[in-house]
Amino acid sequence: MTTEPATTVLAGTAFRRGLREAMGFHWIALFASYLGFGSLIRGAGMDLWLGLYSTLFTWTLPGQVVAVELMGIGASLAVIAASVALTNARLLPMVVVLMPLMRNPAVPRWAFYPLAHLVAVTGWAAALLRFPAMPVEERIPWLMGFGAVLKAAGLLGTAAGFALAGTLPPVVTLGLVFVNPVYFMLVFAADLRERAKVWALGLGAVLGPLLHLADAEWGLLAAGVVAGTAAFLIVGNGTARSGARRG
Amino acid sequence: MADGGWIWPFVVLTVAAAVTYAWRGLGVALAGRINPGGALFRWVSCVAYALLAALVARMILLPIGPLAQAPLSARLLGAFLGLAAFRLCRQNLLAGVAAAVAGLIALTAFAG
Repeated sequence: MTTEPATTVLAGTAFRRGLREAMGFHWIALFASYLGFGSLIRGAGMDLWLGLYSTLFTWTLPGQVVAVELMGIGASLAVIAASVALTNARLLPMVVVLMPLMRNPAVPRWAFYPLAHLVAVTGWAAALLRFPAMPVEERIPWLMGFGAVLKAAGLLGTAAGFALAGTLPPVVTLGLVFVNPVYFMLVFAADLRERAKVWALGLGAVLGPLLHLADAEWGLLAAGVVAGTAAFLIVGNGTARSGARRG
Repeated sequence: MADGGWIWPFVVLTVAAAVTYAWRGLGVALAGRINPGGALFRWVSCVAYALLAALVARMILLPIGPLAQAPLSARLLGAFLGLAAFRLCRQNLLAGVAAAVAGLIALTAFAG
């Protein structure tokens, strides 16, 4: 009885701190990148609610863009599902890395299943950075606050991109649709220390357009698997050490 | 979509959300039992990077949808301007994206 209010206050404070920390740069970056997704949805001739639905439930921009782009070239459901699955498979090790940092005897195991939905690149990287300096019981509420702000930014960005793409001159709409490829390109360019990643990016960028010309439906999936596997084999165990250190 | 209808996009986006969540749920289930730094996950991350790089290159070089109306030179120069601004502004993402978008719009407007 006496610990209950104290825990609540603590959780509330951590939640609000998460909210605050996600405002600012993270909020703007998420909003801006989802502007591109919203305009992509409009460009594909879909309704806004489909874009919001995707942002709400998929919550990884790359997977969402892959799905809409492949739909645009008329790919089958199996190809789209496989491509999205491969794009997002890195979520599994990301969750595995984060889980032990959040484990708390007071929190039932099932609660981690809905919580895991908040794990995407931005929140994950911020959590890994912040968790070590935070008491264990504050980590989950912090992540919920941080994730809630990011999610709101994504939904607002999707809606704003959709609205802007319908009202601005067509030439400005082009610019909005350009946001996603450029955003991904710059995120990749920001960190090129891992050799395997550099090979994967380079080979993928070359094979992507070529295999798209050879077969639009399977091209993306094939480029990812072939270029990724080649990069993995070329570098071999070279990245094993840096990978282990990160984890 | 020219054929209208929300059912197909809804089905596709639902499947995309489901396969995406499956990885997160599996991560919770397998936490502590697998090594996230192992060879399998290094391969997985290589494939994800390659697939996204393939998509980015294709979206810039061979776009579908509205972006196809911008000339190739505008798309390439826009991307280059974005990279240059990103480097000059200490890897500031927003500066890079803004420069690329402004460059693409300006170059397309001039070309048209």
